[in-house]
Amino acid sequence: MAGSTPASLTAEAASRAAAPQVSPARDAWRRFRRHRLAVASSIVLLVMILAVLLGPLLWPVAINEIDFTARLEGPSASHLLGTDDLGQDVLARVLYGGRISLSVGLAAMMVSLLVGTLIGAVAGISRGSVDAGLMWLTDLFLSLPQLPLLLVITYLFRDRLKQLMGAESSVFILLVAVIGGFSWMPVARLVRAQFLSLREKEFVEAARALGASTLRQVMRHILPNSLGPVIVAGTINVAAAIIAESTLSFLGLGFPPDTPTWGRLLFDAKDYLDIAPHWALSAGAAIFLTVLAINFIGDGLRDVLDPRRIM
Amino acid sequence: MGRYLLRRLLIAIPSLLGISIVLFTVLALAPGDPFGELASNPAVPPEVRMALRAKFGMDDPIFLRYVHWLVAMLHGDWGFSFVSRVDVDALIWQRLPATLFVIGTSQVLALMIALPIGVYAATRPYSVFDQIASTFAFIGFSLPTFFTGLLLILIFSIDLDWLPFVFRSDLSATGWRWYWEEFRQAIMPIAVLGMFQGASWTRYVRSAVLDVIRLDYVTTARAKGLREGKVVIRHVVRNALIPVVTLVALQMPAIFGGAIVTEQIFRVPGIGSLLIGSILANDTPVIMAVTFVFSCLVILFNLIADVLYGWLDPRIAYR
Repeated sequence: MAGSTPASLTAEAASRAAAPQVSPARDAWRRFRRHRLAVASSIVLLVMILAVLLGPLLWPVAINEIDFTARLEGPSASHLLGTDDLGQDVLARVLYGGRISLSVGLAAMMVSLLVGTLIGAVAGISRGSVDAGLMWLTDLFLSLPQLPLLLVITYLFRDRLKQLMGAESSVFILLVAVIGGFSWMPVARLVRAQFLSLREKEFVEAARALGASTLRQVMRHILPNSLGPVIVAGTINVAAAIIAESTLSFLGLGFPPDTPTWGRLLFDAKDYLDIAPHWALSAGAAIFLTVLAINFIGDGLRDVLDPRRIM
Repeated sequence: MGRYLLRRLLIAIPSLLGISIVLFTVLALAPGDPFGELASNPAVPPEVRMALRAKFGMDDPIFLRYVHWLVAMLHGDWGFSFVSRVDVDALIWQRLPATLFVIGTSQVLALMIALPIGVYAATRPYSVFDQIASTFAFIGFSLPTFFTGLLLILIFSIDLDWLPFVFRSDLSATGWRWYWEEFRQAIMPIAVLGMFQGASWTRYVRSAVLDVIRLDYVTTARAKGLREGKVVIRHVVRNALIPVVTLVALQMPAIFGGAIVTEQIFRVPGIGSLLIGSILANDTPVIMAVTFVFSCLVILFNLIADVLYGWLDPRIAYR
């Protein structure tokens, strides 16, 4: 059953779009469009990304300009989202934090997809002990307590890495590696399940009969056809990674204190909840909106790419 | 059932060993040194530091240290907190009840939200109720626990001043008053965790029920004249719960993650806040033990899920 997934949105789908008949990409777009919330969410997410990328140009206020005469002020014309306890502009800090949070989310998703696809593919194509061993490893990682380990690892390795690189980039690499390293398991399981069914399909058998090497069978025939659910899982992973990064920062163990990620903003704002709720609310709303939009997009993509799975 | 349970227990042992190896390797590779502070203290001569290191076996090869640690753990000797100057197991036993209470109650709450809403939405798919429930479910699990926690504090503690936002373990009240105060301070942590879990479980329940409700035996049950309520509860829900149990078991690590955050926000004196405190204080034995307790809890809940499986689907137990 699993192998009968219709064509997926892959790179080759895009290149085939030039062909005269209804291309898989256009077909996918038609189905995606029916999911109104997903389309709206895509727009919201696009606006968020544009704001985060171009915002500092449109709102050229320094993120670390301290002004003690304007501490903890509510929203006003000069500070659209108000100021924090040092008189720094909250909007500028939310925009800057968005760059970090979104890029951590995307990069961690890449890591989890790469590791998950690799492990799932190796397990799915090789039978016997390799498969069993890799799946045992996957199950082991699934039952690891992820947040405690994330906390422990970032705390323990942060200082060592800081000596090797700058404070911000070292934490970025560490967080991406660790968050990605703890979220590849569902991807690996999906890819393995796809491989197990796809490799018995007739078209793969035909390729095998024509003398295609295992590598060619995988790269040319099996992998492209198993990417649909993987893309869906990847979308969800972006949201999960953003939450994981924010959680770490919120617990005071993520990026260094002067880097305003969304979680860090909430961490700083929580002590002023009674007198300056706008501060915590703007950072929290940014996280919430982004995660919600990504989850809706994932749901829409699931309808398009993976119609059998319902959860 | 007994043999099935035994087999499950035996399968849990290698997982626990594997987890302990992963944990130990992470800690052993890490650059932090519990005696690092002594090195910069001029009052402590280097010989004393070396003697301390030797006494705690810090210079042994890593494999030997792991075996030592594992044997000690099995003997119930969980080490000594460098910071609090108490035995680690005493510290954990003191903190564990609060965590288990908050997690347990919030899971019950999540179940009470997810089961009725999920089943009702699935029996009327694409109705107005279903769409509202789905949207709320999405909102619920897109709201990170730390933000919901702050929102609840903002609304119920600061604006309305109904509930206390700091969890106190030294309540002075007695009798009924004590239970009331305990209940009042536990509402928000439980609600935060319960709503988050309830939202994602609602989707699982809904999709699982949708899968089952179109099967032939459900039609049969209806055809033989059973009341709709009985069909849903006896024939649909019980079978739909099987995949739900799997997903819930898979979510266990995330639940404990949420519990750590909630404990930190509301200052619940559980093992989550103990973990964060000990990480900040570089208190290695406590970090190690708490992380291991979290792993044991995850495995324990997976075992419970297996037992539930056996009960929901007797075929699994006899395979």
